[in-house]
Amino acid sequence: MKIGVLALQGAVAEHIRSIGLAGGQGVAVKRTEQLGELDGLVIPGGESTTIGKLMRQYGFIEAVRDFASQGKPLFGTCAGLIVLAERLESGEEPHLSLMNMTVARNAFGRQRESFETELDVKGIDSPLRAVFIRAPLIKEVGENVEVLSTYKGEIVAAKQDRLLVSSFHPELTDDFRLHGLFLEMARQAR
Amino acid sequence: METGTSRVKRGMAEMQKGGVIMDVMSAEQAKIAEAAGATAVMALERVPSDIRAAGGVARMADPTIVEEVMKVVSIPVMAKARIGHYVEAKVLESLGVDYIDESEVLTPADEVFHISKNEFTVPFVCGAKDLGEALRRVQEGASMLRTKGEPGTGNVVEAVRHLRLIMGQIRKVQNLSKDELYHEAKTLGVPYDLLLGVHETGRLPVVNFAAGGVATPADAALMMHLGADGVFVGSGIFKSENPEKFARAIVEATTHYEDYGLIARVSKNLGAPMKGIEISKLESSQRMQDRGI
Repeated sequence: MKIGVLALQGAVAEHIRSIGLAGGQGVAVKRTEQLGELDGLVIPGGESTTIGKLMRQYGFIEAVRDFASQGKPLFGTCAGLIVLAERLESGEEPHLSLMNMTVARNAFGRQRESFETELDVKGIDSPLRAVFIRAPLIKEVGENVEVLSTYKGEIVAAKQDRLLVSSFHPELTDDFRLHGLFLEMARQAR
Repeated sequence: METGTSRVKRGMAEMQKGGVIMDVMSAEQAKIAEAAGATAVMALERVPSDIRAAGGVARMADPTIVEEVMKVVSIPVMAKARIGHYVEAKVLESLGVDYIDESEVLTPADEVFHISKNEFTVPFVCGAKDLGEALRRVQEGASMLRTKGEPGTGNVVEAVRHLRLIMGQIRKVQNLSKDELYHEAKTLGVPYDLLLGVHETGRLPVVNFAAGGVATPADAALMMHLGADGVFVGSGIFKSENPEKFARAIVEATTHYEDYGLIARVSKNLGAPMKGIEISKLESSQRMQDRGI
């Protein structure tokens, strides 16, 4: 299973490592031409304004939307979740606008409010360590979206068909089970 | 639920990788930097080249500037405290800045001790010019490193020297035997455990950016080529003729540092970069990199 990690900015190497631990092959993606050879794509954590701007500049918005319309799965963590959302609470223009949800950026506050905790996630048998860094929250989801995890009543992981998102960073721990879940989605999409 | 853990603090720096962090002196400049694709801004009263020109004692910025910048951008805001100035750092933490740079650009407040950074919730970035300095700062609690370079000169040569030295020292440490590692830890003046980590992983325990003299898109790409995780640009942007264009070009060159055609394209008609200073013309008292070892 060959999984790309969008490498315009952000924590790319960490995702490639987690994909490897989960039994897939991770590759850094800098050009739209690379999408053709992939079974799935991760949009990593980073700064969503920077990633969104560079995606527009290099034609990734259209290319990734095409990729998704072919039934290929996408996994967005933190900034990647923001990039996938159809609606941003701030009223900012959405980026890929693929996932039926409204997202609030920096929803927990500034860096001093960043934290880690144990979290139950649907489809994963025991709690995983979740690292939240200036993290976004999913404020509202459409009917076609399945909520996978909540923290203090707020949605922090969700799935819509072949789109997977988390507001925390599974790539910053040695626990690769969420990446395993994504690889399974890629296997089924083949 | 735990805040301020080393994973949360170091992770924040991981999210900055491949990005450009820009010095700004006002809310208006911060907005320009954010629109150009900066991953964070450093809120300052004066950029390093102005600090050089002004002379005297350089201190933490007026909190008003920091707050104004925090109000107008959604990307992280960093601010500088003097080396060893615990209270300036606590003040910045209370303002809610996302990262503190314990920086040699400001006049050191302590000639011996750095801030004990482990006891803060806010993460710190520190400068280093060799592996010894780098690991000493990590031991004190730095969650991110950057080269010192020679700030405010627009001359990349010192940042290149520091990054090459650090990368070379890492390669050397990788090839040492266990008994040699004990001796090397003593020679470098660093804890054995941290050096063992470098030996085993072949990398620093935290993200390492380039800083101190980066002035052009090609400079930024050069630092990425040499192994930097990202770039700080201080005076280079808002001391250039066309800051907006310069900022965008440096962001693109950092992302695509191996695409030389692209770097050529974004370097066209940029206008004059900041005026540089030849390092050998600096008197030793003006060398910021020698502060805080």
